[in-house]
Amino acid sequence: MRLSYPADVKIIQVPCTGRVDILHLLNAIEDGADGVYVAGCLEGECHYIEGNLKAKRKVEYVKKTLTELGIEPERVQMYNLSSAQGARFAEIANEMVLKIRGLGPSPVKKNHAA
Amino acid sequence: MIVADRKSLQEILAMVEDNKKILIAGCKGCVTVCNAGGLKEVEILASSIKIARKKQDSHIDIDIEVLERQCDTEYVAGISEIVGNYDAVISLACGVGPQFLSEMYPDQTFYPGVNTTFFGGATQHGVWEERCAGCGTCAIHNFGGLCPIARCAKSLMNGPCGGSSQGICEVNKDTVCIWDSIVRKKMEAGKLADLIGVKGIKNWRTARHGGPRKSIREELVQGNI
Repeated sequence: MRLSYPADVKIIQVPCTGRVDILHLLNAIEDGADGVYVAGCLEGECHYIEGNLKAKRKVEYVKKTLTELGIEPERVQMYNLSSAQGARFAEIANEMVLKIRGLGPSPVKKNHAA
Repeated sequence: MIVADRKSLQEILAMVEDNKKILIAGCKGCVTVCNAGGLKEVEILASSIKIARKKQDSHIDIDIEVLERQCDTEYVAGISEIVGNYDAVISLACGVGPQFLSEMYPDQTFYPGVNTTFFGGATQHGVWEERCAGCGTCAIHNFGGLCPIARCAKSLMNGPCGGSSQGICEVNKDTVCIWDSIVRKKMEAGKLADLIGVKGIKNWRTARHGGPRKSIREELVQGNI
């Protein structure tokens, strides 16, 4: 298929989005990431039953935390797609990058990244 | 267990706004079980504070410790060698924790990171409800195992008030009238007669009304048994 997607996206693989933790998302923001998104399986099609639903709740929690901190919650997103949807994967990557470019750089100063 | 809710980030950030190096101390007891002050919550709070401070371009160093319990001096003593290294300490234990810490380390500043709410249990994942008021004179056996002291808004001992409507308390539509539940339970068991008879005036001196309480177990004071 050889679809291209923006080089701004750094992919971190996990066995299931259920493995993604609130701290993974917060630490990414803390270390200066302008945005983070979780690409999980389609709802109802998790091999581990509800890993993607758990990830969705964790993303919502982080969004609330960012709102409380005065940071745009849109910087963290949850997407659902199947592993067969390569075109959708590239589309989501473009969509997220455009969204984050619209928001501008993260207000979390990278020069203090520990 | 003792149930607590974490304070808002804004309130906690205001507490430590002048500090450059802090310790966040969690507790492996009740607040871990009610997801308010265990390791996960300590790490989330640390990351949240760091994000807020980086946003302000104001650096802060945060270390974390999770004590076995903050309500036992032997565990509180576990941070004796490091507690002086910080500008302040946020305790995510119940209200007992920051007090035990303050008593053992009078030169340090301890902030409570949670609001301690009640003695209760989880009725479903993420929902905790009050079950005990710690009145010091338990009598739930007189009420079908349901406590009217903790669960009736007026702590009535002799039946529901006029504010009970269709099993719901007038104070809050989400609050069950516990007297409605007590009466129904006794009726179903065919033991309604158990509730006949005026309960004597409750002695509230064993509750908070008698001032701060202390429990002394002489046999333990003398040593392990």
